[in-house]
Amino acid sequence: MRKLFLLIFSILFSAIELMAQNTNDTSVMASNGKIYVVLAVCLTIFAGIVIYLIRIDRKVSRLEKKND
Amino acid sequence: MKKSWWKILAVVLLLYTFIAGFLIQVPNIGNLNQTIRNLFFHVPMWFGQMILLLVSMIFSIRYLRSGNLADDIVAREYARIGITYGVLGLITGAIWASYTWGEPWSNDPKQIAVAIALLIYLAYFVLRNSMPDMDKRARVSSVYNIFAYFIYVPLIMVLPRLVQSLHPGGQGVEGNPALGGQDLDPTMRLVFWPAVIGWTLLGVWMTTLLIRISKLKEKNWIHA
Repeated sequence: MRKLFLLIFSILFSAIELMAQNTNDTSVMASNGKIYVVLAVCLTIFAGIVIYLIRIDRKVSRLEKKND
Repeated sequence: MKKSWWKILAVVLLLYTFIAGFLIQVPNIGNLNQTIRNLFFHVPMWFGQMILLLVSMIFSIRYLRSGNLADDIVAREYARIGITYGVLGLITGAIWASYTWGEPWSNDPKQIAVAIALLIYLAYFVLRNSMPDMDKRARVSSVYNIFAYFIYVPLIMVLPRLVQSLHPGGQGVEGNPALGGQDLDPTMRLVFWPAVIGWTLLGVWMTTLLIRISKLKEKNWIHA
């Protein structure tokens, strides 16, 4: 489950990275008023929150199994 | 991860919301400029809150019919996350207002009504915690919760539309033009509705976690 999310996020970020590498100075990250930087920050925060939620979810599941 | 397809859906929809919400072309309306993108983050807080509180009310009705304390726990936790979304909506609204209405709090009818609505829901928790007897607490607070929803909807939806308000939907808007129905750009609509579903599902996910933890903690009292 977690691996799946990590996979999704790593694909996402490597895609952004790749696009950035293909163009040198006018990279994607720096284009459009550097909006992509904000996007990367927000996605990182969101990824952190989701991973945290998943960990809590699994912890609760384990507790429930132990309590049955 | 119990039955997790909708949790994955929530994450995917929100990823889409962030990416598309930041990158699509948006129409230039009034003095909003780029802040119109807040539509994908501020507005879903309120949509999500309405849905979460509706579920809370439904479970309060279920409790009154069944007398099962588990239903009351569900109602309580949905109200909790609903209020959290409401507070986030109020704060994000104030941030947005600082740059479009000129100040974070302009005593706009929408802001005042929403603040009252939130206080009504906070009183729900004050009421709950004031009663040590569990069955009595569940029964009284369920009745209150149903009442609260039916005063909450007119407060945030109806009243601000009847008077002059800076918020879209109000009468004689001098600030921003209303952004309802036809005014919503078709591409923005393609991001807006997935955003609403995504944020709501995320709220449901957090709520189910709280419910499961509460049920673990209060296992001995639930007879079901």
